[in-house]
Amino acid sequence: MTQSNLFSKAPEGELYTKWEEYKGSLNKLTPEEANKYKIIVIGTGLAGASASATLAERGFNVHAFSFHESPRRAHSIAAQGGINAAKNYKSDGDSVMRLFYDTIKGGDFRSREDNVYRLAEISKNIIDQCVAQGVPFAREYGGLLDNRSFGGVQVSRTFYARGQTGQQLLLGAYSALSRQMEKKKVVFYPRHDMLDVVLVEGKAKGIVTRNLVDGKVETHSADIVILATGGYSNVYYLSTNAMASNVTANWRAHRKGALFANPSFTQIHPTCIPVKNDFQSKLTLMSESLRNDGRVWVPKKKNDQRKPTEIPEEERDYYLERIYPAFGNLVPRDVASRRAKEVCDEGRGIGPTGFAVYLDFQKAIEEKGEDFIREKYGNLFDMYQNITDENPYKTPMKIYPAVHYTMGGLWVDYNLMTTIKGLFSIGESNFSDHGANRLGASALMQGLADGYFVVPHTAMDFLAKETPLMQDITDRPEFKEAAEKTKNEIAKLMSVDGKLAVDEVHRELGKIVWDKIGMARNEAGLKEALLEIPKIKEKFWNDISIPGSDKDINQELEKALRIKDFIELAELMAFDALDRKESCGAHFREEYQTEENEAERNDQDYKYVAAWDYSENEEPKLYKEELKYNNVKLKTRSYK
Amino acid sequence: MNVNLKIWRQGSDSDKGTLKAYRLENIDPNISFLEMLDILNIKLVKEKKDPVAFDHDCREGICGSCGFMINGRPHGPQKATTVCQLHMRAFNNEDDILLEPFRAESFPVIKDLSVDRKSFDRIISSGGYVSTNTGEAPEANSISIEKEYADEAFLSSACIGCGACVAACKNSSAMLFTSAKVSHLSLLPQGQKEGKDRVAKMVATMDEEGFGSCTNTGACSAECPKEIGQINIARLNQEYISSSLSGFLKKKDG
Repeated sequence: MTQSNLFSKAPEGELYTKWEEYKGSLNKLTPEEANKYKIIVIGTGLAGASASATLAERGFNVHAFSFHESPRRAHSIAAQGGINAAKNYKSDGDSVMRLFYDTIKGGDFRSREDNVYRLAEISKNIIDQCVAQGVPFAREYGGLLDNRSFGGVQVSRTFYARGQTGQQLLLGAYSALSRQMEKKKVVFYPRHDMLDVVLVEGKAKGIVTRNLVDGKVETHSADIVILATGGYSNVYYLSTNAMASNVTANWRAHRKGALFANPSFTQIHPTCIPVKNDFQSKLTLMSESLRNDGRVWVPKKKNDQRKPTEIPEEERDYYLERIYPAFGNLVPRDVASRRAKEVCDEGRGIGPTGFAVYLDFQKAIEEKGEDFIREKYGNLFDMYQNITDENPYKTPMKIYPAVHYTMGGLWVDYNLMTTIKGLFSIGESNFSDHGANRLGASALMQGLADGYFVVPHTAMDFLAKETPLMQDITDRPEFKEAAEKTKNEIAKLMSVDGKLAVDEVHRELGKIVWDKIGMARNEAGLKEALLEIPKIKEKFWNDISIPGSDKDINQELEKALRIKDFIELAELMAFDALDRKESCGAHFREEYQTEENEAERNDQDYKYVAAWDYSENEEPKLYKEELKYNNVKLKTRSYK
Repeated sequence: MNVNLKIWRQGSDSDKGTLKAYRLENIDPNISFLEMLDILNIKLVKEKKDPVAFDHDCREGICGSCGFMINGRPHGPQKATTVCQLHMRAFNNEDDILLEPFRAESFPVIKDLSVDRKSFDRIISSGGYVSTNTGEAPEANSISIEKEYADEAFLSSACIGCGACVAACKNSSAMLFTSAKVSHLSLLPQGQKEGKDRVAKMVATMDEEGFGSCTNTGACSAECPKEIGQINIARLNQEYISSSLSGFLKKKDG
């Protein structure tokens, strides 16, 4: 049994009524009282925009920051497939309990029961909220909302707007935010990078930012700070994340004392367009929804050079359908990714690199017609053709797994507060409700649940017990000191004057992280990573070059500030993956697998959330939150 | 392939910009246009020169960050394609390629190819929403919407706010952008209640921001990477007339 020293602070009581009862018991503020408080929100994606809008509606004064020029540019916009909700509109036996169970099981029993149940409960309100805002979800001919299926589940509970669900949901949250901007309840700071969180008497009371247009380092104070800063997939250099997605805000909070949980739980998405050459700057996802109609296969023969259309049916291996007859092509992401890697490692991969498998729509087109497929996935097919110059209506898509999402993040309690008082973390930025693997269409659900329906209650409760500042306190020494530190760091980076572009160092880092802390990990590899990453760090601090001025738009400096933190994070990921001597969900330790190559969990010793502290010169210290399962039975995940 | 680039370099809106020439050799035609610019920028960094600033983020054609003029056309030569989705195979070996920022009074240049499009946010803020607070929503399926209308609203709402329509228009009109949002909401029962007020406010803001007037040339739709149609402008005009007839037409603050 492990020693726990971290607690979720979830209230006692029945799982089914816990959140409603707890919510009722929280302290409330009237809009007039709320008006005395100022809240800083970093990030304006789904979580940040929805939280900012809702808190402003409740009367708080919100200052929202983003490194983008507009909230609508946040990376939530790129989510394709959909958003889950336990509406049971299809009468296929769905329920809150079932969504709860699917999510716990999908996460391979490494998430918190209380949080996940709350998420499943709230999922229904999210759809109501979005429809009221005018989000144009797909509808049936009868005028009611349509649903589709996603991986890891056997019901149809995913709401969608073609392959642009994230865009439509973000535009909904952005419209709610815009409405509050017009009412002057939200002040928006575009093109600002958050570079530090400022603590006063142990509580988060402000931030340090760099204005990306004029380079000014500024401080801002508030009663609380909420981080909605997304995930850190770009530590791998190549990922499906947007180019500027980064860990910096979270990492700076981590350095100030916020524990970082499960950093090595990173999701590799099975259906991405494969890497084509060395100049590749990012990877593009093909939505998981495609696996509803697409069949995954490789040739049975090794090194089969024939065109896919020339390979007869009996010489194809539809390996997911073969290994997992119950779920077939709709197994969860971690399983589908690992199996793709396995067949490619066997030499049965396709395409010029051998690191790709087919996703074939031929059968669906024959049975349902090309128009049906176009209606459902048209924009994805167009995107694929544009990038690869191949027509997926005529020849199967080539796909390969790529890093897509990070389950790890800042540790938060049931109130979504980090281990720093007054510092909250919502959406992908926290260590979240997805355990060791996130199910498809659950990220949008969590981002909006946290932003619209959880943090407005828990932050209000926290603030009700705080005396409002009522004034700017940035003249305090804590702020001056933090701003000074940031300025020194920028000056140091500007003065390196080496020979490498920061992207080159980033690419090297990404290769190590992908090879050693990617789809499969082992002790030797992780230890190598821990030797190699410090060398990258040295190279970074001695060899990079940032031309131009820091008093101006300087995109190289922006990247350098982010990559510096990615390097430190990569080390922590290796420590975390090394500590967890089991396989669970996306964390696959090669030493711990069953005879059928499935993940071998060890609930006896590793049924915990691993939360790490930061220390400049020593190894990070591990804190454990023991996970309790009172309502579901722990069992081996099976999708057969 | 080899390309000869001419790129607009400008320190800020108050600076006088200038075109500078760059040559890149042995470019893989299968890389994206922005990856080609990445290569140029790494080269410039290694020569200790200031790299070219341009906006970009998702590189999947959905965030709306990227966009500049390529040989005089917003997002370049390929139909229905953002710059980030444009590939070098759309060009020929030894082509001259001219890169300039979107030109419009309401989009001041920040640096090089990067412009300030905050005016778009202000148009949305003035009315591009349904006035509903979190938690007040009725059960989602209590609002039934004909599929035809939901699909049409989606097509309008697919606008990515990149500003190509403004850059394509000889009057720098923001009519396509504004009408896409007005259309999206006016096609749905949720948005219809505030429809008359919304169109009046959004049009007033569009004018205050200095965008020019629409003369229905259709250049905006032709260059729109998301193919937002002219029908949206017709719908806005319809809404606008109906709004003014019912006495709703007023200034933003009035």
